[in-house]
Amino acid sequence: MDDKLENINPKLFKKTAARPISEIDLDDSIEDIIDSREIFDLIRGLNDPEHPLTLEELHVVEEDNVEVSDVEGIVRVKFTPTIPHCSMATLIGLSIRVKLLRSLPPRFKISVEISPGTHATEHAINKQLADKERVAAALENANLLEVVNQCLANNG
Amino acid sequence: MNKNVHRMVALKEIEILTGHTGKVWCVAFSPDGLILASCGEDKTIRLWTKDSQSWTCKAILTEGHQRTVRSVAWSPCGRLLASASFDGTTCVWEKSGGSFECIATLEGHENEVKSATFSPSGQYLATCSRDKSVWVWEVSEDNEYECLSVLNAHSGDVKKVVWHPHVDVVASASYDNTAKLYKEEDDDWVSFATLQSHESSIWGLDFSPDGKNIVTCSEDKSIKIWREYLPGNKQNIPTKDGNPVWKCVCTIQGFTDRPIYDVAWSKLTNCIATAGGDNLIRILKEGDKSDEDSPSFEQVTSIKAHTEDVNCVTWSPKVPGFLASCSDDLTVKLWNFVE
Repeated sequence: MDDKLENINPKLFKKTAARPISEIDLDDSIEDIIDSREIFDLIRGLNDPEHPLTLEELHVVEEDNVEVSDVEGIVRVKFTPTIPHCSMATLIGLSIRVKLLRSLPPRFKISVEISPGTHATEHAINKQLADKERVAAALENANLLEVVNQCLANNG
Repeated sequence: MNKNVHRMVALKEIEILTGHTGKVWCVAFSPDGLILASCGEDKTIRLWTKDSQSWTCKAILTEGHQRTVRSVAWSPCGRLLASASFDGTTCVWEKSGGSFECIATLEGHENEVKSATFSPSGQYLATCSRDKSVWVWEVSEDNEYECLSVLNAHSGDVKKVVWHPHVDVVASASYDNTAKLYKEEDDDWVSFATLQSHESSIWGLDFSPDGKNIVTCSEDKSIKIWREYLPGNKQNIPTKDGNPVWKCVCTIQGFTDRPIYDVAWSKLTNCIATAGGDNLIRILKEGDKSDEDSPSFEQVTSIKAHTEDVNCVTWSPKVPGFLASCSDDLTVKLWNFVE
C-alpha cells in the first residue's frame, strides 16, 4: 500500500452538537424508538482509515443521509467518499455496516450505499456492500477484520 | 402478486431445530428423506433425524472446515455428503457407523467455495467459487476425486451449482447476473447456454421435475421462469451449434423489496418455494390456464418463517409438501405445505 495519503488535504467540517436529553429519554419504561439521529450517533465517530479524523468531520456521513424506519426495521445509510476515486470507499462502507450490525437489534435490515454521483465505481461498490455472503466471507478474513476494527476503535 | 390465489392451502410450522451457534446457510434432505443436513457460520454440519416424535440432532460434524460451511448436498445413493466452505475446500463425507467421516478434501479453488453438488448419475461432483469458476470432478470408488474440468464461463462470483434432475447437465448461478449450463462434449465440459435477464446477482436456481424449465431467484428481488427450446422447436426460436436455448418466459416481481436468497422446485408436487431476505417463505404454483411459452405463476401462500433472512429452502424428496428452511436467526425449521 502507498505511503502517501490519497487525499492529502481533506475538507474538514464541524461536529454537530450533542443531542439534548429530554424527559422521555430518561424514562426507562418507554422503549426508545430508533431514529436517524440515533443511527448517526452510532456512525459519526467511526475513524477514517487514512486520516486521524472521524467520518463526521470529513462529512463522509451526515444525519440527512440516514433513513430509518423503526417499525419496519429498515436502516439506509448513504455515505460520501471524500474524493471520487477514493480506494477506501469499500472499507468505509464495510465499517459502517459492521458498526450497525453490531449495534442494532437483528431484526433490522441494513443498507449502506454510496451517495449517488460521488464515486467513480459506486455501482460496483454498492453491489459488494449489499451482498451479504460476500460481506460475511470478508469479515472472516482476519486481516480485513483487524482493519475494520481499527475504524471502529475508540467509540467509533 | 399481492394477494394469495384463493385455494385451500396451508403452510404450517412443524418443528424448530436449534443448536447451530451461527447463521445457518443451507439445509438438504438425504435422498431417502430420513436425514436433514444443515450447515453454517459455526463451521459445523449437523445431521437431524426423526425419532418417534420429533427431529433431533443425531450427529455434529466438526472436523472438516476452518471457516463457514456454506452448503451441503447428498449423493444420489445417500452414502456421501459434500460440503462447500469459505475455507476454499470441499469435503466429502461417507456414512460410517452412526455418523459420517471425512474421506476426501478437495482443494483447488482460489477462494471461498459456495456450492458443491453431485450429478444424478452419481458420477460427477460440481463445485463453484468466488474465483468465478465451476469445477467438475469425477467421483471414484477409491475416494480419489479427480478434477475433470475447470470452467471459467462466468465473469463473477459463482454462488450455486445445481444438476438437471435426470441427465448430467449442470447449471450455475452467478454474481454476474447470469446463469449458465454445462455439459460433457468430446471428453471435456463446455458451457452451452446462458440465461440472461436478471438485473443483479442470481442467488439460487432449480429445475422443474421434467427438467425443461428452470426457476431463478435474484438480488434484484424477482423470480424468473425459463424454458428450454431445442433445435428445430416449433416456436421458431433460433438455436446455435445444435444446442438448446433457454428463454425467460415469466418474471414475478413487485412482491418484495428484499433479495430472494433461494428457490426450490418440488419434484413431487411441482410447487416452488422461495427463501426471502424479507424473512418469508413463499409458495408459488403455475396458474391453471397457463401456456407453456408464456406461463403464469401465482403465489398461493406465504409465511413469516423466521425472525431474520431465510437463506435456504428445500423440499423433502419423499414426503410431498414437507419442507425445511434455515436462517440467519440460527434456526432450522420444518414445515408442511398442504393443498
